[in-house]
Amino acid sequence: MSNVHATRPVRDDEATPDLPTFEASGGDWSTIAEEASRLGEERIVVNMGPQHPSTHGVLRLMLEIEGETVTEARAGIGYLHTGIEKNMEFRTWTQGVTFCTRMDYVAPLFQEAGYCLAVEKLLGITDDVPEKASVIRVLMMELNRIASHFIALGTGGNELGATTIMTLAFQGREHILQVFELITGLRMNHAYIRPGGVVQDLPPGAVDAIREALVGVRKFAGDLQKLMLANPILKLRYQGVGYLNLAGCMALGMTGPILRSAGLPYDVRKANPYSGYETYDFDVPTGSDADAWDRMVVRFEEMWQSIHIVEQALDRLAALGPNAPVMVADKKIAWPAQLAVGPDGQGNSLEHIKDIMGTSMEALIHHFKLVTEGFRVRAGQAWTEVEHPRGVLGVHVVSDGGTHPYRAHFRDPSFNNLQAVSAMCEGGNLADVVASVASIDPVLGGVDR
Amino acid sequence: MTPPKDKDLVAKAGEAEVGTTPPDTRAEVGATKDATRATIPVVDVRHGMFGVHGSGDTSGYGGLVVPVVLPGPSERPYGGWFDEVVDILAEVLDASGTGFAAAVPSVVVDRGELTLEVAREHLLEVAQALRDDQDLRFELSMGVNGVHYPHETGAELHAVYHLVSVTHGRRLRLEVTASEDDPHIPSTVAVYPANDWHERETWDFFGIVFDGHPSLARIEMPDDWPGHPQRKDYPLGGIPVEYKGATTPPPDQRRSYS
Repeated sequence: MSNVHATRPVRDDEATPDLPTFEASGGDWSTIAEEASRLGEERIVVNMGPQHPSTHGVLRLMLEIEGETVTEARAGIGYLHTGIEKNMEFRTWTQGVTFCTRMDYVAPLFQEAGYCLAVEKLLGITDDVPEKASVIRVLMMELNRIASHFIALGTGGNELGATTIMTLAFQGREHILQVFELITGLRMNHAYIRPGGVVQDLPPGAVDAIREALVGVRKFAGDLQKLMLANPILKLRYQGVGYLNLAGCMALGMTGPILRSAGLPYDVRKANPYSGYETYDFDVPTGSDADAWDRMVVRFEEMWQSIHIVEQALDRLAALGPNAPVMVADKKIAWPAQLAVGPDGQGNSLEHIKDIMGTSMEALIHHFKLVTEGFRVRAGQAWTEVEHPRGVLGVHVVSDGGTHPYRAHFRDPSFNNLQAVSAMCEGGNLADVVASVASIDPVLGGVDR
Repeated sequence: MTPPKDKDLVAKAGEAEVGTTPPDTRAEVGATKDATRATIPVVDVRHGMFGVHGSGDTSGYGGLVVPVVLPGPSERPYGGWFDEVVDILAEVLDASGTGFAAAVPSVVVDRGELTLEVAREHLLEVAQALRDDQDLRFELSMGVNGVHYPHETGAELHAVYHLVSVTHGRRLRLEVTASEDDPHIPSTVAVYPANDWHERETWDFFGIVFDGHPSLARIEMPDDWPGHPQRKDYPLGGIPVEYKGATTPPPDQRRSYS
C-alpha cells in the first residue's frame, strides 16, 4: 500500500483489492472522515484545485495525506497555458510587448522590461536608451514590485482566513494601480515599455501624483506590517513552515525572496545591474530562518527599499526636466506615434496624422512601414535577467534576422519556484500547505504562459 | 505562413556564404574550406520580401533569396573572463580523458554572451564540471529552453541551458543539438535538480526526449495532446474573424513580411 502515489494512477499489479476509495465531490467531509475512521483507514489522496481559493489561481495540488500529515505533494500546472510564446512568433518585435505583459499579470512591467532589454541587446542599442526612459522603467518596476508584494502578503493572509490583511493590502495596491492608470492608461497589461524606451512620457502631474500615492502606500504598508508582524496566530502559522534551506534553494533554482530568506543576498539588480540600478542606493534584505515568516519579512523590507528607489527616481526625473527624450533617437526603431487623447479614448495625435498625411509622403511611408512591417533584428540570440518580485525572470530571444521573434522564451520565476512545493510541504501538516504555497507566491499566468 | 523550403537550398546558401566572408578571413576560409562550410550555421533561407507567396507580387522583390545565418564560431581571444572559463573547462575535460574538442565542438561569443556548443553525449560531464570546479562554480541553473530550426538538417532541435555563477558573478549558455529523427538529449536533472520542470516543458513543446529524467511527462499541455506545439511546423491555429463585413484571417495566415 505504501507504493500507491498521488501522482499517477495505480497500476494493476499495485492495486490492493481491499483498499477503500473515497471520492469527495462537494459532499460533507465529516461523513468521509467518519467512514474513513470506521474502516480504520488513515491514508487519503486529496486533489486540491485547480479551482480552489487557497491555491493562488488555477494551481492543482495533489496531496497524499495520512491523518493531518502530508506524505506526498505534487503540483499540477498548465490550466492557464495560452501559448503566449508561440503567439509572439507571429507578431512584430514591438507587438511582442503586448503579449508578454499578460504572462505574470501581477507584475506585468517586469516582463515588458525583461523582453525589451533582450530585444535592445539583440539590436545592440542597450547604451542608446535615453536616461529618462531608464529612470521611468526603474520607477515603474519598483512601484510594480510594491504592488506585487502587497498581493503576495495580502492573499497569503486571506488564504489563512485573515481577510483584514487582504483588504489592507489591496487598498495599498490601489494607490499604485491608480498611478499606473494615469501613466499608461491601464491598471495592468500596460505594454508601456517598448524596445528602445517607453511608449510615451509621463503625463503632466504624474510626479506629484506618485508622491501623493506614496503617502497612501506607506500608510497601508506600515499598517499591514504592524498587523502581520505582531500577530501571534500568523507567527504560529508561518514560523518554521515551508522550510527550504540554502542548499535546497540553489539545487532547485530558487531565487527572489525564497533564496534571500535562506540568507543569500542574491539580487540581479546588484549582481548584474540593468537600467542603471547600480546608480541607486538600496539594500538587499535577507532572512536566516528560510521559512514562510522570513519570506514575509523580506517582502516587507523590499517594499520599503522599493519606496526608497522610487523616491530617488522621482528626484532624477525632476532633474531631467519635462523635455528629455524617452525613446531612442533612431527613427528606424522608435515608433513615430504621437499619442494623444482622441474622441474615442487614447490614439494617435490628429496633428501628427494631419502632418504626415498632408505634408510629408516619406513620413507617411515610414510610419506605415515601421508599424506594419516593424524593424529587423540581426540574427542571433540574447539572454537577459531582471529581478522580478518572485525571483529571476530570464528572457531568451532568438532572431533569424526578420521582423518577428524567431523564438521568445520566458524563464518565469513562479514556474521554477513551484518545484519547491514537494520539498516544502512533505512531512508537514495539511494546513501548512496553504501557508507554504502562499510563501512561494506563484502567479499562474506566469507559470503557464 | 512560412512557405515550404527546399533543404538543398540551405546547403547551397551555406556554400554561398563562404564566398561572402569578409576579406580578412578569406585566406583562412580557403585553407579550411570544408570545415568552414560545415560549421556555418545557416538556419533558414528567406524568399522574397513578403510572407505571402503566389499572390501576384509585382514589387520586384519576389525573387530575393537571403540565407539566414546565425553567428558562427569565434576565434580566441574571446575577451574578458570568457578565455579563463574556457581554459579551465578545457583543463578539466582534458584531464578526464574526454577532451575539450570532443565535448565542446565550438565556442560562440556574440553580443557579449558566451555560448558553448556541447556534444550531447558529453553534456552531463560538462555540466558537472561547470557546477563543481571551484574556479567555474556555475551553481545556479536558469532552466532549459528549446529552439526549433527545421532547416538545420541533422540538428533541428536545440536545447539551450543558461547557467549562473553566483560565486564569480558570471553567466554562460550551453547549446546542445539533436536531430528530429533522434531527438534524445541526456537529462541534467541529476546535476541541476532545477531543470526538472524545464526539461518537461521542453519535451512538451519541442519533443526533445531527455534520457534519464525521473518523470518526463507533459507539463503545460494536456497529457493526451498530440504533437509538440512550439515546433515551427506546428500551426498557430485560430479562425478568421468577421467584423462589419470585413474578415481578418488568423495571425499565421495574414500577409506579413519575411
